[in-house]
Amino acid sequence: MISFNQVRKRYPGGYEALSNVSFEIASGEMVFLTGHSGAGKSTLLKLVAGIERPNSGSVLVNNQNVGVLKPSALPFLRRNLGIIFQDHKLLFDRNVFDNVMLPLQICGYDHRESAKRVRAALDKVGLLKREKANPIALSGGEQQRLCIARAIVNRPSILLADEPTGNLDADYAQDIMEIFKSFHQVGVTLLISTHDAAVLQDNDKVRVLNLKQGVLQSASVAPL
Amino acid sequence: MRHSYTQHIAVMRTALHRIFHPPLAGVLNILVIGIALSLPAGMYVLLQNAHGLVDELSGTPQISVFLSLDAKSDDIDRLRKQFAQNPAIETVDFVSRDAALQHLKQSTGLEDVIGGLDKNPLPDAFIVHPKAKSAATLDELRSTLAATAKVDQAQLDSAWAYKLEALLRFANFAVLILASLLSVALIAITFNTIRLQILTQRDEIEVAKLIGASDSFIRRPFLYFGALQGLMGGSAAYLIITVSLLILNGPLSTLSQLYASQFTLHALSWGDSLALLLFSLYLGWLGAWLSVARHLSQIEPR
Repeated sequence: MISFNQVRKRYPGGYEALSNVSFEIASGEMVFLTGHSGAGKSTLLKLVAGIERPNSGSVLVNNQNVGVLKPSALPFLRRNLGIIFQDHKLLFDRNVFDNVMLPLQICGYDHRESAKRVRAALDKVGLLKREKANPIALSGGEQQRLCIARAIVNRPSILLADEPTGNLDADYAQDIMEIFKSFHQVGVTLLISTHDAAVLQDNDKVRVLNLKQGVLQSASVAPL
Repeated sequence: MRHSYTQHIAVMRTALHRIFHPPLAGVLNILVIGIALSLPAGMYVLLQNAHGLVDELSGTPQISVFLSLDAKSDDIDRLRKQFAQNPAIETVDFVSRDAALQHLKQSTGLEDVIGGLDKNPLPDAFIVHPKAKSAATLDELRSTLAATAKVDQAQLDSAWAYKLEALLRFANFAVLILASLLSVALIAITFNTIRLQILTQRDEIEVAKLIGASDSFIRRPFLYFGALQGLMGGSAAYLIITVSLLILNGPLSTLSQLYASQFTLHALSWGDSLALLLFSLYLGWLGAWLSVARHLSQIEPR
């Protein structure tokens, strides 16, 4: 589903964010990406979504080489991905409902059908009662859940999450992990980056990719 | 299902909302466009009216040939034959000096004054209808006629109308130049408005790109914005012109009554109105398109 082959990413200015990274994630897998901040986790996720392009090596997503994809083809790649951003990237000029509606509008779904899907997604993350609220009125945990609802409303086959529990206290973090697990159970491929080892302890058997200064340390399948 | 009718309606609504948000800015923008468009369009209407007037007045050019007062009836017969043979002349009407005096009495109501004259001061005259209508040939014919024996004077009646027409043609060009300049101004206004719009929607554009919006999806509301703003500017111009003409027609009718004639300004025709609206819509769209092409690529998600 996602496959990195000898990927190297160097930013302008010479900073090498990823060196020689190779791994493969099969369909339906739930994989955690760990490492200190600055280890290259965000860069790796950006390469998957085509936000950045590798300097060498290949990034395959659904058998498409993202690195050489034409800019006009990128939107169609991204519609198959659900992305949960570290900084949420919510729009504060519209309410919760309309935030979740945006991906469906982009894909051109019929309004009535979309409204159903939006409510289903909001229900899934427990925000159905807040659909009229402005995201600015939501707590940090609720904003994170809203971001998840927006990422899943399009029913993507791959879900990318960048530090989804980064600024949340343990209870909220646990809630969010439960949501991710339920997606895993229905066959969604998940790639979740985190520097928070506490999140992993409760998860029985998960695959962990550990990054250290842009180099992949281990690809273990083990509880920590 | 994709890009369906209802979606376009929704995008149009969004664009409308943005045009009038804040309301005053939108109204001012539309007013600026309206005034900019109403200048050349209004001048065009006035010129059209002037053209109509000139056509009416100079429709049948004729040359009045006044004979000298000592011309006898055989001179008149000779001239009549001569005119009949001239290939440049279509028909000739003879107006005798007595008939001319009679006509003058009836049409001007100066009966008393004319009755006081001891002899008829008017000459016999021919009214010559030439075949050609161009100013140059008419002038040539006029000089030939003037040089004929026993002819005192030959007057080209519509000479002033031809001069006026040439002047109007010049004015047409001036309006064309003005229209081109103001069209560029309209494109520039839209360009700048859309640039500001793109800056305020920066977050939305970035997020939309991240979750898979195509360029055309992102472009669409801005193009609608430009086109709708242009269309409303064109409508404002139409209103400005129509109301101005209504206001002008009042004093004009007083003026034309003083000249014992009936003259009213005609408003924009259906075709011209439609052209005005479509043109303003197109210019707004073009300004938006140029702006979007220039500024949208600068917003890439990080």
